Amino acid sequence: MELLVASAIGVMTASGVYLILRLRAFPVILGLSMLTYAVNTFLFVTGRLVINRPPVLSPEAAGYTDPLPQALVLTAIVISFGMTAVTVMMALGAFLETGDDRIETVGDRPDGGPDGGPEDAR
Amino acid sequence: MSPALIAALPFLGALLPGLMIRAGRTTCAIATGSVTALALLGLLLHAPAVMGGEVIVARFEWLPALGLNANFMLDGLGLLFAGLILGIGLLIILYARFYLSPEDPMGQFYTYLMLFQGAMVGIVLSDNILLLLIFWELTSLSSFLLIGYWKHLPEGRQGARMALTVTGMGGLAMIAGMLILGNIAGSYDLSVILTKGAEIRASEWYLPALILILAGCFTKSAQFPFHFWLPHAMAAPTPVSAYLHSATMVKAGLFLMARMWPVLSGTPEWFYIVATTGAVTMLIGAKIALFKDDLKAVLAFSTVSHLGLVTMLLGLGTKAAAIVAVFHIINHASFKAALFMAAGIVDHEAHTRDIRRLGGLRRLMPVTFAITLIAALSMAGIPPLNGFLSKEMMLEEALHTPWAGMAWVFPALVVSAALLSVGYSLRLIVHVFMGPERSDYPHHPHDPGFGMWAAPAFLAVLVVLIGLFPMTFAGDLVAATARAVTGEAVEVKIYHWHGLTAALYASVAAVAGGALVLWLHGPLSRLWVATPRPEAKAIFDAIVGAAGGIARAFAEGLHDGALSRYLAIFTAGVLALGVWAFVGGTHVPGVRMPLEAGPVAWVGWILLATCSVLVAVLHRTRIVALVLIGVVGLVVSLGFVYLSAPDLALTQLSVEVVTIILLLLALNFLPKRTPAESGGMRRLRDAAIALVAGLGTAALAFALMLRDFGLPTISDYHLANSKTGGGGTNVVNVILVDFRGYDTFGEIIVLGIAGLVIFALTEALFAGPAGRRLLGWRADAPKAGDRHPMMLVVATRVLLPISILVGIYIFLRGHNEPGGGFIAGLVVAIALLMQYIASGSAWTEARQRIDYHAFIGVGVVVAGATGIGAWFASRPFLTSNFGYFRIPPFDKFELATAMAFDLGVFLTVIGAVMLTLASLTRIAIRAGGTVNAAPMDTDPSAAPVQEARG
Repeated sequence: MELLVASAIGVMTASGVYLILRLRAFPVILGLSMLTYAVNTFLFVTGRLVINRPPVLSPEAAGYTDPLPQALVLTAIVISFGMTAVTVMMALGAFLETGDDRIETVGDRPDGGPDGGPEDAR
Repeated sequence: MSPALIAALPFLGALLPGLMIRAGRTTCAIATGSVTALALLGLLLHAPAVMGGEVIVARFEWLPALGLNANFMLDGLGLLFAGLILGIGLLIILYARFYLSPEDPMGQFYTYLMLFQGAMVGIVLSDNILLLLIFWELTSLSSFLLIGYWKHLPEGRQGARMALTVTGMGGLAMIAGMLILGNIAGSYDLSVILTKGAEIRASEWYLPALILILAGCFTKSAQFPFHFWLPHAMAAPTPVSAYLHSATMVKAGLFLMARMWPVLSGTPEWFYIVATTGAVTMLIGAKIALFKDDLKAVLAFSTVSHLGLVTMLLGLGTKAAAIVAVFHIINHASFKAALFMAAGIVDHEAHTRDIRRLGGLRRLMPVTFAITLIAALSMAGIPPLNGFLSKEMMLEEALHTPWAGMAWVFPALVVSAALLSVGYSLRLIVHVFMGPERSDYPHHPHDPGFGMWAAPAFLAVLVVLIGLFPMTFAGDLVAATARAVTGEAVEVKIYHWHGLTAALYASVAAVAGGALVLWLHGPLSRLWVATPRPEAKAIFDAIVGAAGGIARAFAEGLHDGALSRYLAIFTAGVLALGVWAFVGGTHVPGVRMPLEAGPVAWVGWILLATCSVLVAVLHRTRIVALVLIGVVGLVVSLGFVYLSAPDLALTQLSVEVVTIILLLLALNFLPKRTPAESGGMRRLRDAAIALVAGLGTAALAFALMLRDFGLPTISDYHLANSKTGGGGTNVVNVILVDFRGYDTFGEIIVLGIAGLVIFALTEALFAGPAGRRLLGWRADAPKAGDRHPMMLVVATRVLLPISILVGIYIFLRGHNEPGGGFIAGLVVAIALLMQYIASGSAWTEARQRIDYHAFIGVGVVVAGATGIGAWFASRPFLTSNFGYFRIPPFDKFELATAMAFDLGVFLTVIGAVMLTLASLTRIAIRAGGTVNAAPMDTDPSAAPVQEARG
């Protein structure tokens, strides 16, 4: 079971990393979602794998799994929705502004800004 | 008044000018001045006790674990400096009222000034070096604001930036030095450090600490070779120059050297670094001052020279020299502040401060002339003024100190510096005020009103009084300060006639030589102009430019605006670090027995792995990729069910639905396919990075799962106390709303902000080119024939009350069974979303009474109010309480305050999710989507279809 979960995390990570290295906004968003799954699952398994012992107290329960990673991951899932939504909105905005959802365009290079260089000091 | 309050008053006072400026400039100045006056009064009330040898302390624990305490102490040294800072500060407030023109934002000026004043007072009253460092950095920041006050002047901005760079860099060095010092002493409290001088000097870390701390002091006090920032800071308004460069900012370095004197001085290292730097600075500053034509530049370099003098005296390391240093600090502050203000008056009245365009002002501006005469003669060291007294004592000390066995070094340096000092001091009198009256002043000068000359005149009177009766007016203060500096009682004797000593001869020689230098000023000046010399500003700009260039080359190499490039670098970097940590670290073998994987697990794994790989392979067809990623999410949530995490499964499932709807809505406006752009090599490279990253995480996760916890886990506490302390059996929910409620509170705020950001982004898009593009939108895919199918409409209508009921049920049971605010919020949001999908946004929003902003706001407020409620029971924020109630005929049930908190979570989640998706539908409407008032396209009662293009 451990091997299955670990390899699943690995496959999701690999897929996510490959997608975030693409040149368009949409695959990058998909890649972030894949990475989110991978990271959330990874955080979840730091509580180690336990079957049929949910952290809900009951007199009949034989034992409980670790509740803390679950609480952390629960909020992480919800927050990652918020993050995805903002990213999607920014990608959509960039596409609507420029007519292009490329994420690396010439002319995007940071050049220090108007007050950053020694030119201003002279 | 507590020393802490004295330091806090100017900061509190900084709030006043912004309000009071509306009541007029004079009122504003009075209000600001009264705060400073109050702090000064509080200080002076302590003066008798402090002069008597007492040390007033005020201690507050701030971060005791770090050794950072808000400890303040007021001893002789603190009294002297705080007195100078507040006293001259008061005079500056008065002077600035008349100096600044009506166009200058005076409220802003006073706010900056008070911030600076507070930071300075904080430095001199701190009894904790970490606290001192904080104030030290605050002076750098607030002086930046003051020096750059005239934002329209490029010199002002550049001078401010240079000052901030130089003093800020020194401050960084000093942080390191202070940390080392605190480490040696075992405490960050000054009063403790001061008792451990011998231990610190014996430490092998003494020299690094000394050099780092001195770097801070030398940059702040403009010692060679860091002296160049001070003249450029003269672009500030004169009140700022007078304040920063006579009594405060530049004296901070001297203060710190004096403060650390018992600990750091007395070693050859101290002597050679400090005394030599001081003497060299003294000579160089005096030489440059002589040849400057700008009145304020002359004063700036003379300040550099006098700071060098005091530094040298402190560097000598003898008690007598320390007394002279203290005495000269007082004298310099009095005559230099007066001179700066007088120079400001000349500039203000004649509209120039170029010495070559001035001269003959003594009849036109008699009061200013009198002030300048007294102050400049004192600076030249002419008896009986106060400058003479300290200069005589300084010569006495320096003449008898050999340097590396050579007796002539210090006498040569100090006598030449004294000579040049006489030269430039006399030049201020002769070239500005003497000589024939001119007809070509840029503005016909005359003395200003009393308000403007009152402050410098007061200082000039002090100069005379201290000069005539040094023991009466300064003796006790010097004694108290010197006792604080040297750490033991000292006897101070200041008098005019020492007999025919070497110092007297040196003094006479300096005055005669100075007069000669002034007489020869013309030819000497031409020689000076003809000699090539390094231009500090050019060097500084070159260094800053080079540093900027290197940083830019480095940053742009890593981060050139191409997202995929730095994500690749980032991923490869993380991988390299992971490999390095794995190779370098040790690890124990895994001892946990792996679980048996059943057929269900295998099916799930195959599904997940296949879909994950397919997402990457088929990502160009975006809709397919979206479907596949949905499958991955579903398998993940099934995995959570399988592995004893029902709450996670419910959350993942509902978030999955919402996310896919969101992505679908966005995809409506994005290209449906991703074109193939990267070449084969690039794809191969990315695949290799992805593969290694996947292998790495898989290996890490596998290794982790086979090992037990390295440290005891806090989960046992949560399991044990969930029912008894939090009143709920669903431990995950109790952790969220109770044990770690603060985290959750922050999290719902972030979620709410995300929703609002999306709303704001949409608004901003409509205003820009995107809005115009949307208005002319042409859909690139065929539309469905029946946009609002009757089956869907009827089904969602029927399901709505049921779904909401389910949501409420999940919410209510959340404390004890899987569920809770997050999941319930998502379920209800999905139920509402279904209405949008079925009947369109116009129909839905027409039936909606509360907007989603309110949901977010109310949610956060409810959660916050629940937390605040704990205060009324004298408990910390977000402490929960619960109890059991019975209302016949129902069974006993539980009510917990955590449920009110969970309600806040619930409302925020609904608001944020709905606001996000509603924003996307607004884009669709803007793009010409049909807005229908009817629930569905076909009316079953066969009425005509109502449709309008929006």
